Order: sequence, then C-alpha cells, then structure tokens
Amino acid sequence: MEELATEERDGMSLIVGTVTHWVCAFIMLYGLYIAAYGHLTPGGGFAGGVILACGFMLMMLAFGKKRLGKSLSLGRASVLDCFGALFFWLLAAAGILLGGGILFKNFLPHGERLRLWSAGIIPLCNAAIALKVMASLVLVLGALSALRVTAGGKDGEFVTDIEE
Amino acid sequence: MLMNLIVVLLMFVTVGAVIAIWTRDLLSAVIAMGVVGFTRTVVFVLLRAPDVAITQVVVEVLLLVILIRSAVRREVHTVEGGRSVPGAALAVAFVAVMLVLGVIAIRELDPFGWPLEKRAPDAPAITYVERGLEDTGSGNIVTAVLLDYRGYDTLGEATVLFTAIVGAVALLRRECRRTPHGRVGD
Repeated sequence: MEELATEERDGMSLIVGTVTHWVCAFIMLYGLYIAAYGHLTPGGGFAGGVILACGFMLMMLAFGKKRLGKSLSLGRASVLDCFGALFFWLLAAAGILLGGGILFKNFLPHGERLRLWSAGIIPLCNAAIALKVMASLVLVLGALSALRVTAGGKDGEFVTDIEE
Repeated sequence: MLMNLIVVLLMFVTVGAVIAIWTRDLLSAVIAMGVVGFTRTVVFVLLRAPDVAITQVVVEVLLLVILIRSAVRREVHTVEGGRSVPGAALAVAFVAVMLVLGVIAIRELDPFGWPLEKRAPDAPAITYVERGLEDTGSGNIVTAVLLDYRGYDTLGEATVLFTAIVGAVALLRRECRRTPHGRVGD
C-alpha cells in the first residue's frame, strides 16, 4: 500500500491506474494493428506510431513521469528514433543496390495479394515509420511535459528530473 | 444533403477557430482547437478519406494533451495584455483578401466530387488506381502511393520530422543551457 501511496502522488488515483493497465494494452495493440496492416486497411506507419505514442502518453498521465522513464526512457527513445529513421533510409537506399539504381524500388517479392505478408518492402517501411514516429513523439512528450531534463543517467544519456 | 452537412460542419470549424483566437482563457482556447480538429475528422470521414481521418484524430488527441499539459500551466490561466488594433485590422484584411481569392479559385475548379480523370484522361492518378495493386502489391491505394509511387515525398517528410525532433530535443533539454561558467537558466 505504501508503494501505491507514493505512486498516487506522482500520477493519478488507483482507479485511473487500474483502468489504464487494461486500456493501455488495447491501445498499443490497435497501434500495432494500424501500422502492420497499413498496406491493406486504412492507416499506416504514421497513424500507428502516433497511437503507440498515445499509449505511452496515457501511461505517463496515469502513473507519472517516473513510470514513463522506466518503460521507455528518453535516452532509449532517442536511440529508437534514430534507428527508425536509419532503417527507413536504408530500405529506400537498398533499391540502388538491389533494385537497379533507384530509391524505393520494391525489390522484395510481392507475395500473395491482400495478405499480411505481401507488398514487398511496404510493411517494412511502415514498421520503420511507426517506430520513428512513436519514439520521436515520446521524446517531444517527455521534453515538453518534463522540461527539467538533466544529465544524470548512465553513459551520458539524459533522464527526466522528477522534481518539479 | 452531404454537402449541406459538410458546410454546416465547416462553419462549426470556423467558429471554433475564431473562438480559439478570441478567448483569453488558455484552456478554452485549447478546447476550441479540439473542436476544430475533431470536426475536421468528421468531415474527412464523410468525404470517405479514412486514412486522413485516422491520422487527424490521433494527432489531435496527442496534441491536445500535450498542449494542456505543457502550455496551460497552473499559474498562468489567461493571456494578459491588450490587443493591438493595427495588427487585428491587418489580420482581418489578410483573411478577407484570401477569402476573395479562394472564392475566385474555387469557381475555376471542377465541381466537387468530379474526378480529374474526366478532364485529363492521361493523369497519373488513373494509372495509380488501375495498376496500384499489380505494381506494388499493396491493397490500400493510399499506402501504395505514399510508399511506392511517391516514396521520395515520404522519405523527405520523415527526414523533416527527424530533424525537427532533433532540434526540439536539443533546445529543450537542460544541458544546452549550461555554459562553462554555470547554468544560464539559474
């Protein structure tokens, strides 16, 4: 109970926390669905990434900034952001090597139509964009809502300062 | 019928935007912004653009919460200071000129819901719609255009977003305010 009491001071009440535990999983699942089925149904990498970021935002509102730092610290988010952007650029540039000299050549086999595993590199591009958008929006969220960011983490990564 | 509904919704959007500018209470301004965004989502759904509608609604939710959390501080509730009359007059004149130009431009356009293909039979859009699934293997024609036919645009957009986030994080973190002689902020 003591742990709950300290958590309560940082975030919102126990009721909100319990509901968030349930809802957050579904929000994340919906974000993954929107991103993964981007080549079949409305949506895509950008919308899916924003929904995933909304899940992290809900977590931050319900449990406080400390919990957000535990599940996705800002240092890790910036690494994911760079990784997503690099992955997307590599997918685009792979067409130069594998697809005959132009960016965005769909060099993978298209597969069976209207299946999840189809459309060549398009699902991979969606995944890269979703990762990138999610990480960058979590970064913006963390930087704007916790304006106190100090160099206190390991290996020079910056962590949010909980004191306000 | 549909067009009348859309016109009513767009008038709602306009009223929301005017209130967002006019009100002095920051929370009311953010809520009016939300009215603008969510009404536009409904308009996109009515116009059968689900991709845009999904993106609009999720960005709107995230933006509203960020604005409420970061812009509306506990100490500052209202905007202080008087309004500048020449500035307001200039803004009204600018909006009026743009409105007149917009009405002129819309009169020159094809009627609403009239596809471009009927006037230009060799437009690229026809190729995209006809050969999209075959060329790219993507059942969603919007994704086929975004990530295959017009992939360069998406790449540029992702790079712009990446650069913007790098700049924002570099500016907002604490370390940037530290000089060799101590912190600037303190």
